[in-house]
Amino acid sequence: MKRHQNLLLLIAVVLLAALPLWLVQKPAPDAEGKVTEIFAGADNKAKDLIGVIAPDYRPWFEPILEPASGEISSLLFALQAALGAGFIGYYLGASLTREKMRREMAKQMAQEQEKQTRAD
Amino acid sequence: MHIMEGFLPVEHAVGWTLASAPFVAWGLHSIKKRIDEQPEQRMLLGVAAAFSFVLSALKLPSVTGSCSHPTGTGLGALLFGPAAMAPIGAVVLLFQALLLAHGGLTTLGANLFSMAIVGPFVAVGIFRLARGLKLSFAISVFLAASLADLMTYVTTSAQLAWAFPDPLGGFTASFAKFASIFAITQIPLAISEGLLTVVIFNALARFNPQELRDMKLLPTNEARA
Repeated sequence: MKRHQNLLLLIAVVLLAALPLWLVQKPAPDAEGKVTEIFAGADNKAKDLIGVIAPDYRPWFEPILEPASGEISSLLFALQAALGAGFIGYYLGASLTREKMRREMAKQMAQEQEKQTRAD
Repeated sequence: MHIMEGFLPVEHAVGWTLASAPFVAWGLHSIKKRIDEQPEQRMLLGVAAAFSFVLSALKLPSVTGSCSHPTGTGLGALLFGPAAMAPIGAVVLLFQALLLAHGGLTTLGANLFSMAIVGPFVAVGIFRLARGLKLSFAISVFLAASLADLMTYVTTSAQLAWAFPDPLGGFTASFAKFASIFAITQIPLAISEGLLTVVIFNALARFNPQELRDMKLLPTNEARA
């Protein structure tokens, strides 16, 4: 069980992300035939809610740089994830190798010690 | 949990920035102290930052029909103490605010407070509590990371409710509305974040048990948690 713990945990994460895609039904188009988008960002929904609660509120500052399109924005998000994942992968790989070498070194030392005691 | 650029009244924006700044300074100080004492932990600090980078880039669908993302701050908080995540969170949030128009400079203080201050302190508090209750290492990590994630979104809801109280029901009604967007959406994502944090801790405990023991996260007899 212990050995497969990480695999099981990762499967659970994938299921948690995939199940909503099955469970959530697309809402029926409203009277004007407009279809509300599902799986929009919660941040955007909060922004819309601000508009409902305080209709007079006007944002007083604009983003300095806005991604030119949805594609550019997903490019940047992918870049962000890739940078992070790349570093973690590198670190785990390096740690694995270090651990392996440490074990081999210990084995070698033990063997040499054994030889020495026999020679004595 | 990103409050968008310009979407907090000026007083609130300034207030949250002032509230967050000392934590960033404290965090920088504590990171510097730790790296001076144990320079070999520099890489691990990078891992904590990288983990937050990855997780906060993943927008996952949730049962409420909207998308949100985990924060990844639990790992770093448990490894380096709660304050250390404030400057790391600032880097992540700045990247998103400047390049992605996700979050913003005027809302940086508020977003920092929820993601990189409340979250990490909740993580460390829950972890200590869970360990005190003799829960296993994996369960404690799971609870710490997932509740940190959830509390981050509860904080965002409270921040928005404070800035935009409902004309009829005031703060409470407004909080309930924002929480129904943020906190409910976040529940499955918080569980995912908890599970992913356990995964990375398992990997670290396997290859770097000595480092974790040095951090007093693992008792000497529980290397393979």
